[in-house]
Amino acid sequence: MPLHQAGVAALGRALATRQVSSTEVVSHLLGRIEAQRALGAFLQIDAARALNTARSIDERRASGQALGPLAGVPIAHKDIFVTQGVPSTAGSKMLAGYQSPFDATVVARLAHAGCVSLGKLNCDEFAMGSSNENSAFGPVRNPWDTARVPGGSSGGSAAAVAARLLPAATGTDTGGSIRQPASFSGITGIKPTYGVCSRWGMVAFASSLDQAGPLARSAEDCALLLSAMSGFDERDATSAERPPQDFHAQMLAARAGASPGTPLAGLHIGLPREFFPAALAADVNGTVRAALAEFEKLGATLIDVSLPRTELSIPVYYIIAPAEASSNLARFDGVRYGHRAAKYSDLLDMYMKSRAEGFGAEVKRRIMIGTYVLSHGYYDAYYLQAQKLRRMIADDFQQCFGQCDLIAGPVAPTVAWKLGAQDDDPVKAYLADIFTLPASLAGLPGMSVPAGFGAGGMPVGLQLIGNYFTEGQLLHAAHAFQQATDFHARTPRGFE
Amino acid sequence: MTGPLIRGYEVVIGLETHAQLSTASKIFSGAATAFGAAPNSQACAVDLALPGTLPVLNRGAVERAIRFALAVGARIAPHSIFARKNYFYPDLPKGYQISQYEIPVVQAGTVEIVVDGHKKTVHLTRAHLEEDAGKSLHEDYHGMTGIDLNRAGTPLLEIVSEPDMRSSAEAVAYARELHKTVVWLGICDGNMQEGSFRCDANVSVRRPGAPFGTRREIKNLNSFKFLQQAIDFEVQWQIDRQEDGLAIEQATVLFNPDTGETRAMRSKEDAQDYRYFPDPDLPPLAIAPQWVERVRGEMPELPGAMASRFERDDGLSAYDASMMTQSLDFARYYEAARDACGQPKLVANWLMGEFSKRLNTEGRDIAAAPVAPPTLAALIARVVDGTVSNNGARQVFDALWSGQGQHVDALIAEKGLKQLSDTGALEKIVDEVIAANARSVDEYRAGKDKAFNALVGQVMKASKGQANPAQASELLKSKLGAA
Repeated sequence: MPLHQAGVAALGRALATRQVSSTEVVSHLLGRIEAQRALGAFLQIDAARALNTARSIDERRASGQALGPLAGVPIAHKDIFVTQGVPSTAGSKMLAGYQSPFDATVVARLAHAGCVSLGKLNCDEFAMGSSNENSAFGPVRNPWDTARVPGGSSGGSAAAVAARLLPAATGTDTGGSIRQPASFSGITGIKPTYGVCSRWGMVAFASSLDQAGPLARSAEDCALLLSAMSGFDERDATSAERPPQDFHAQMLAARAGASPGTPLAGLHIGLPREFFPAALAADVNGTVRAALAEFEKLGATLIDVSLPRTELSIPVYYIIAPAEASSNLARFDGVRYGHRAAKYSDLLDMYMKSRAEGFGAEVKRRIMIGTYVLSHGYYDAYYLQAQKLRRMIADDFQQCFGQCDLIAGPVAPTVAWKLGAQDDDPVKAYLADIFTLPASLAGLPGMSVPAGFGAGGMPVGLQLIGNYFTEGQLLHAAHAFQQATDFHARTPRGFE
Repeated sequence: MTGPLIRGYEVVIGLETHAQLSTASKIFSGAATAFGAAPNSQACAVDLALPGTLPVLNRGAVERAIRFALAVGARIAPHSIFARKNYFYPDLPKGYQISQYEIPVVQAGTVEIVVDGHKKTVHLTRAHLEEDAGKSLHEDYHGMTGIDLNRAGTPLLEIVSEPDMRSSAEAVAYARELHKTVVWLGICDGNMQEGSFRCDANVSVRRPGAPFGTRREIKNLNSFKFLQQAIDFEVQWQIDRQEDGLAIEQATVLFNPDTGETRAMRSKEDAQDYRYFPDPDLPPLAIAPQWVERVRGEMPELPGAMASRFERDDGLSAYDASMMTQSLDFARYYEAARDACGQPKLVANWLMGEFSKRLNTEGRDIAAAPVAPPTLAALIARVVDGTVSNNGARQVFDALWSGQGQHVDALIAEKGLKQLSDTGALEKIVDEVIAANARSVDEYRAGKDKAFNALVGQVMKASKGQANPAQASELLKSKLGAA
């Protein structure tokens, strides 16, 4: 098997037993990354430093040091995480060339675990978008069909993992930005419970929703990465105060009453009827239903549930997220760092020109929406109403979890669309977030698991949503499915 | 309640006071808060609002707010909310200020003031935690503006009063009492020159019985004198407007100490829409009863309680007790001196008299007094045991204050101020004086009290001032009576 086909777990084992060195893997992948620049997945390739780090890990291993399961494994970070020594842009002209004096907690923790970062990955500007077409540095192409989008906002992460440029990458999910690109690109991604990963060093989009997670080729690989990147961080007041978690062990732990043929015996999976509307694309519906049938074979019981406010999650999200964004992005004023207009007449002119030049259209749109809904006289009607509904949406989930262990459905209503297909209608793109927004608003963990292929041979993802802090159970179910299927291991043509 | 009228108008004043909390680090970051450091040397990544940074609340700031709440009998919100106040300004790095808006940590409470001997209760609306902004420096940068972010993120407690004050004197009394309280509690250094304690005054005027007039807010008054002057000017200005039949518009005004005038900075029409909303980076501030109790246990005794104790245990008058508790340093001095000599009333008299006079003249704080409590106590002890007269003691005090010496007994000896307490020696002098001043003796016996004073004077003179006058007159009386 070529090196680039090995996932995180497999690579970790091969490195630990010294069948291969980190330097070899890193060099090999750097070569592939260079060859696949046209995908647009990378914004920065940090070759020299990556090779240095790989070499030092190889030396430590050679000297007999005991290293963890991720030591020497190459990854890369969505450019929404700030990193020392390599620019951090958030996909925005506003931060072109910006050098952070510190590493994000997620970045530092993965480095501490021995992951070798090969660079920074493209994303929608400030993580706002679901196609990666909103990056100031050009779009990313979907390896399954380069005329199509890879999804977003973690599009560079998804495309790089799908194209076998990396075994895994970090991403962030505010309203679906890990799950939807994982679905569009045929890989596995998990957004953990809000608070599991520290937000320190993540360029903020919507603080109450932003959450980091891994994109990889399997649930097992995600579990290994998530264990290393998560955990309480005193620098993030919203991070959950709980002991470190071994998600890999949780994933492997057998269910009570399970047998080798039915590892998911006793698991109740709820299917919200609102996740299967008449308008759902037939190929997506068929693929998801087939995957669910596989879960039944594995011992799970499917039951009907309801999330009655699923449709409302769209307006609720598109009020709360832009409201927070309008405030979070106020710091980009051209005063201390970032883009400042070359010419301006006074302070106000400097603000207006710097921000007009530095931000892209979608970011401006959301800043305007957010500013509007927080304005005097509109706050109660929009923001406050949205907060109340958000609470009700979370309560709806708790109703469901009274009847089932997991909730399943599609990640997105369609497979990946063609580049430019939604240029004229931003609202159409917002509507496509319908299945990922509810879990985001509730702060629940959600996964995208490759479920098969739809129209044009494009991947379709199955979404699994768990209750708070049940990542272990989510990963366990996804892992069982992946042991019985090989959709997650399929490689786009030309990238084998 | 109607206060004193000015030109037939009643004055209505409410104060918003910013007290900088005395934490070593900032309210949402680990950077230091010391005053006067080189520009931007005390601004970390959080204060600069670099991408990816997040605020984490300093519990020390919360504890100080709890102390304040306990001192003014306020309600401590079990859950209060930090909100973002959004506006663009170069010295506001995040583009918003983190403050408390709808649910502040301290709610209600009262402050007792005394003006011209009349007690009055000023009600507090609230007190909330917030961060300070940085500073824009418009000079010294060749037409450009410099930004110093050392102050950005400094913790503030904004204390808001009800419009309960009816004169500038009441406003000043309230501000002084608040200042005393926060300094007493150790939650603010009270340094007004450095901006650690500053007031905004909301002022309006009305005819008695009429609804509240439109208020104007005087910003950033950093001395009690300016507070008084600014309000006095503003009140006259507002009455002039009303008398001229002109409307008063709600506005924010600045006080110019050089001209003594207030001038409008911006009107209500320019009021910004701050788009307040709960800060999603900070969970609600939860204060459990146990936390409150722990803080209560660590509180210093409050001035009111301490004054009552001085009245009860030390036998001080209410006035003396209140003077001894004018500040925590003053009270500590009093207690130390009292414990050292066991003479509460004399210590109080000394502190209110000679001592305060000198402090005031020299503009010193009691903590910087050159005479330490044990020294004052030693001096008082020598007055009590008759070693030195009150007059002599004042001379010794002079010497102590001006640094001529530190030892009371040595100074008494050096200056020859020791009183004659040997009865035999004094008797001899008294006998000689009686023998040598037959005329005065006769006059005294004839009922002239003045003659007796002359005899005492003669005894003092003959003893070179070392006789104890009380002892001398007693001896004289008994001898003259017996003759």
